[in-house]
Amino acid sequence: MDEIDRALIVATQGGLPLVARPYHTIGEQIGIAGEEVMRRMQALLNGGIIRRIGAVPNHYAIGWTANGMTVWDVVDDKVDQLGPLVGALPFVTHSYRRPRALPAWPYNLFAMVHGSSREECSAKALEIRAMLGDACRTNDILYSTRILKKTGLRIGA
Amino acid sequence: MPELTAVDRQIIDNLQGEFPICERPYAEVAERLGISENELLQSLERLLADKVLTRFGPMYQIERMGGAFVLAALAVPETRYEEVTALVNALPQVAHNYRREHALNMWFVLATETQGGIAEAVARIERDTGLAVYAFPKEREFFVEMKLEARL
Repeated sequence: MDEIDRALIVATQGGLPLVARPYHTIGEQIGIAGEEVMRRMQALLNGGIIRRIGAVPNHYAIGWTANGMTVWDVVDDKVDQLGPLVGALPFVTHSYRRPRALPAWPYNLFAMVHGSSREECSAKALEIRAMLGDACRTNDILYSTRILKKTGLRIGA
Repeated sequence: MPELTAVDRQIIDNLQGEFPICERPYAEVAERLGISENELLQSLERLLADKVLTRFGPMYQIERMGGAFVLAALAVPETRYEEVTALVNALPQVAHNYRREHALNMWFVLATETQGGIAEAVARIERDTGLAVYAFPKEREFFVEMKLEARL
């Protein structure tokens, strides 16, 4: 990562230009050759700094109108063993262990599930519940009702 | 919401990753999808304008650059919801923000270029809104693969 990589990120974080030769257009914007843009983008991708390149859909617009953040209070000595199993369920799109914020927030395992209806999401939550068994003390599902912002990363120029 | 065409669905289902890095990447993808480069570019433009896609391009993992992502939440009084939304969304560090049904009714992701940027953004939101921010940094990532096929 150097200043040119940073300029590349600033130039592309909002999206790729919709033109025939997008990498050359970016190169013109930041003052390097298109080949150099491609070489650096490939290096950023190989290094995991770019997770992927492609389309980011609005879930609602493509039919996933129920989006639930399922949250679980899993006993501390089981959460790291059960978390990967929950994450491996085919319908879970992200899963993390996070700190509790007691007393307001007892949950330490988060898993996102999606569906065309809340019934579909709660059926998926039941599968997670079954997998966690006695290790889970309490759980909840927080449905999103509005996207307030979805721009993604924005670092300063 | 606008109806999706067969081409739209193909784009959504095949283009959530692995967009090529080459001189004419749209031409390469278009050929794979059996459409023209122009048709692909026009479809992407329309899907973005209609907000079916929120973005088209690279997704950066800021943690690999020394930065941080943190999930955070607020309990916003209903009477102040619009005002607080505007204050929170005004920060460029707020990458996504969702309204959710819970006492903690606003959930957002902070993305900052440095580790210290998170505390700064949290302090700024607390000062601007007068509300306590609950921060939930990830302690472990068990799985991330945010790809959903078109269901319409």
